Formats: sequence, structure tokens, C-alpha cells
Amino acid sequence: MPRAPQPALSNVSLVDRAYRIRRNALRMGEVQGQGYIAQALGIADVLAVSYFHAMRYRPENPEWEERDRFLLSIGHYAIALYAALIEAGIILDDELESYGTDDSRLPMSGMAAYTPGMEITGGSLGHGLGLAVGFCLGLKRKQSSSFVYCLFSDGELGEGSIWEGAWSASHWKLDNLIGIVDVNNQQADGPASQVTGFEPLEARFESFGWHVQRVNGNDIDALVAAFDAARNLAEPKPRIIICDTKMAKGVPFLEERERNHFLRVEPHEWRKALELLDAGRTA
Amino acid sequence: MRRSKYTRPAWLGEQGEGGQDTADKPRLTTSAMIASLAGPDQRTKPAPFGHALAALAESRPEIVGLTADLAKYTDLHVFAKAHPDRFYQMGMAEQLLISAAAGMAREGFMPFATTYAVFAARRAYDFICMAIAEENLNVKIVCALPGLTTGYGPSHQATEDIAIFRGMPNIAIIDPCDAHEIEQAVPAIAAHNGPVYMRLLRGNVPVVLDEYGYTFEFGKAKTLRDGHDVLIVSSGLMTMRALEAAEALSHDNVDVGVLHVPTIKPLDEATILKEASRTGRMVVVAENHTIVGGLGEAVAGLLMRSGVFPTAFRQIALPDEFLDAGALPTLHDRYGLSVSAMTRSIKGWL
Repeated sequence: MPRAPQPALSNVSLVDRAYRIRRNALRMGEVQGQGYIAQALGIADVLAVSYFHAMRYRPENPEWEERDRFLLSIGHYAIALYAALIEAGIILDDELESYGTDDSRLPMSGMAAYTPGMEITGGSLGHGLGLAVGFCLGLKRKQSSSFVYCLFSDGELGEGSIWEGAWSASHWKLDNLIGIVDVNNQQADGPASQVTGFEPLEARFESFGWHVQRVNGNDIDALVAAFDAARNLAEPKPRIIICDTKMAKGVPFLEERERNHFLRVEPHEWRKALELLDAGRTA
Repeated sequence: MRRSKYTRPAWLGEQGEGGQDTADKPRLTTSAMIASLAGPDQRTKPAPFGHALAALAESRPEIVGLTADLAKYTDLHVFAKAHPDRFYQMGMAEQLLISAAAGMAREGFMPFATTYAVFAARRAYDFICMAIAEENLNVKIVCALPGLTTGYGPSHQATEDIAIFRGMPNIAIIDPCDAHEIEQAVPAIAAHNGPVYMRLLRGNVPVVLDEYGYTFEFGKAKTLRDGHDVLIVSSGLMTMRALEAAEALSHDNVDVGVLHVPTIKPLDEATILKEASRTGRMVVVAENHTIVGGLGEAVAGLLMRSGVFPTAFRQIALPDEFLDAGALPTLHDRYGLSVSAMTRSIKGWL
């Protein structure tokens, strides 16, 4: 069916968007002194391409009926999504200082009821893809041309409900569904590949009837190509973009921390992290 | 005492001896999955839920029906036949059933999702809790085989479903008594804006309450029969049993009233308190559910908190055990839910 054109791109480059998403995330991390910072830094490029290249939305009306839906299954990545929503103008920049504090609209785990632009309550892992199936079926009933993007993670693939959703999405030929898997190989108890190995991911999703792409999730050009291909595909099947990302991307001393699933960062280190991020931007 | 895999049924005798006389053989067999609860002379209606939903959907285009491979066994097949383009077969995947229903509700539809009560309450709990109840979404979860309504054993006996859902904020719990009430409850739960869990009697469902001039109202308990000695507070199929037990007890000059409480959450506290406050009556709560965490404890807690102390308070409920497999009439008698067992219990307490 015909789709509305993408919003005109501003002259801010996607690389700049990703940098600013990282910066927003670091500033929120500083409010709490801890959090899922490494995931946010790792997924920033994917979110930049999602929100500033691929998706249709209206910042002033996050519930605009014709928007593309972005479902955050991994609720603990909320800090990353808030950073993107702030950059997108859906949440105002000054609200960043309330991250995770009492009465904040930005709780540490993403909740639909609290936050503009947050479509689902994630956090109990394994919920997003089944919800996405329902969103997609509903949109098809309404003959909507909106896409549903659903972000989940490598560790989360251990939840059986993900595979119920994956199976169902191809049964219903959900060509309005674009799954995104963040493969950063870290989960609570260690490297995801060791906790319960999740490979071969491409073969697994292909066998479930999905159109599969795997890209470097920190390569903006590769992501743009993959999102374009997923959106433009004619085949009546769900699409998945498997994104290999680097935890804490852009802040070298955090990238090197051995266990960076949940980071605690000393007060002086936040300044250092921001300086390194800024330096990397200008280098 | 549960049966043991190391002991043969007594009527078979020792291994190798051969069976005893056929006269000793139990005649009842495990209930078929679609067996009716109706007594031999009871009036029934087929698939009241399916027909009521199909009819309601004519005027409510936002209604869709979803099931997890149990359309035929939850009477949703009637809706599916009437509105094939609005029926979603989600396969044997209850977590998906619930998540997809939540997603469709987010897109403005009103999903009726059906499965068995055990699978909704036990397997899909986290999904109902986080995807539906926490968001207060307009999803109606309608489940067959509530409490002890099958002889298939614990895998299919949802003896604790009410306890499970009572602990979940936002979700309403409806336990209708008969076909007459199911027909009225379907539009009523659709009119209620929010998630609902409804226990379903399916197949050929008895019709009882029409004789009492009864109408279902969401959140309302209703007195079906007055009595001076005992007040039975009941829900679901136990109201049918309570009315029969009251009739039987009247022949022994025991005057029994029946208060039907089809909405278990939110509870009609005012009506229950008013009825339980009447002096000189024993209050007996009868429910097709474990004694833990169901209507009985809900009523007991209400009375205690409100300082209402009836002459005596008793519960007719399933024991806190995994129940036997077997024929349903046998099991209802064994666990105290049959009319004769109820009558015996109440007489013993007087």
C-alpha cells in the first residue's frame, strides 16, 4: 500500500544524532551514578537511524495515529530510548535531570504509562515481540501503513515467548514488523554467548520465516542500508535486523571494563566520559 | 489421601487374581472434556458465550476474538463462524495469545481472548499482569474449565485461578452461574472499560436464573432467595448448587437464603455487609475454588475489617490440595461441591 513520504531530514547528520543520543544518556547516567549506560552507548547508532532516518512520527503528538511504533522490549534500555526521545523533541531536554528520581516521567525501566513516546511497558523480558504481533495485526485491520519496530536483545532470546512471537509473525505474514536484535554479547551473568549460546542467529530467524539482515550496529551507513532494505522489501514476511554492537561504544575506558552490563561510575568519571565522547566527536 | 501408583484400585483385586464381580465396578468414568454440567432434567442452552459474543459483535466492530487452539472448547467457534475475518487463531501459545491481545487493544480493538483457566492463570500470568493489567487495557480474558469442572486432573483443574487474579491490580473477576447470566455478562463486560477475567461454563450450559427474574449487573451481588437460618454467599456454578441445597434444606425446616456474587472483584461490599449483618444467620460461602484466596477469604476479610461478625462463618470450597482425576460427579461429591455434600455440611454445622 502507498506510504507517506519520510519527514524531510534536517541538516544534522545521523552521526551527530548518535553522538547527541550518547551524550544525553551519559548525562542521565550521571544523575543516578549508575545504570545501563554501556547498552545505551552501544545502541545509540541504531536509535539514531531509527528516529532520524527510518521512522515517521510527530514530536508534538507522540500518539499521532499514522506514526511508526517503536516497542522497547528491553525495559532496562529505557535510558537509551529517553536519550533518543529527547533528541527527537518528544521529551524536553530539561526533563533529563529527573531521570530515575521520585515522580519522574523517566523511570529506570521503561513504562508506557509514564513516558510520552513509550509504546509498551518492557522490563519483564520476552514481552515485546508478542505485543508487536498484536500491534501489527491491529494496524493491518485498520489498513494502516505504519511499521512496528521492536527492539530486543541477545540475552532476551532465551525467553521462549520471543519464539512464540517469531513463529506467529511469519504465520501472519507481518510485513509491517521490523525486529531489531541488539547483539552486544553481555547479559546479567556474563557474555550472552556463554550463558546460553544464541547462535546461529541468522539461521534461526530464517528458519522461522523471517527476512534476515545482520550488520555492524555501530556503522551508520550499514544501518541506513539495512533499514531501507527492511522497509522496502516486497516479500510478505517479517523482517529482522541483527545488530552487532559494542558495549559502551564511544567511551574507551568504559568499553574496556570487563563486566559492563550494569555500570557504576564514579562522579569524576562522568566528566571524563563526556570529555572522551566529545573528543571522539571532534577527532 | 491421593491415590498411589504403587496400589491397584481395590475393586480390581490383587494382580493376577482377575477382577471382582461387575457389581462392584465403578460405573462412572472420567468426564469427557466437553461434558455438560447439567443434570439430566435441567434446561440448557448451547454455547451461550459464543452466541452472545457473535451477537454483540454485530454492533461493536472493535470486537475481535483470539484463542490459543481452543476455539471449539471455549465456544469461540460460534463467533469465528459468524465473523471469520475478526477471528485470530494464535495457536498453542498462551503467552503470545495474551501479548497479541494486548497489542491489538493498544491499537483500539477490544479483544476477547479465550483459553482454559489453568493456562491463563498459570502460564500467561506475567503477560496478563504486565501487558494488560498494568496498562489497564480493554482485553476480556474468557476461560473455560474454571475451578473443578473437569475430571482430567490437576493439569486442567484451575482450582486457584481466582486467588491468582485477585492479587492482580485493575483486573475484574466475573464468575457467572448459568447460560442466562453468561448471555448478559458478555455485553456487560464489554461495556466495562478495563481488563476482565471471566470464568466460563461452556457447551450445553444449564439455565437457572431466569426463573428468579435475575439480571446481571457488573459489580453487583444479588439476593436470589431469602432465608432466616443460613445465608449462602456463592458465585459461579455453586449458586446453582446453593439454590438446590436451599430447597433440599427447606424440607428439614432449615431456612436458607442465597446471595449470588458473580463479580468477585470488585466485590459488592455494601450488599454483602448488609446481608451478613442480619442477626441470627450463619454465613456460608460456597465456591468452586480452593479454600485459599477465593470468594470465601474475600468475604471473611471484608467482614473482619468491617466489624461484622455473623453467628458463624463457614466455607464450602475445594481443599488446598492437588485434586484427583476421575468423573466430575464423583469428584464434586468427594470434595464437597455436590448438592448432597453441601446439604450434609450445612446440617452438620447447625
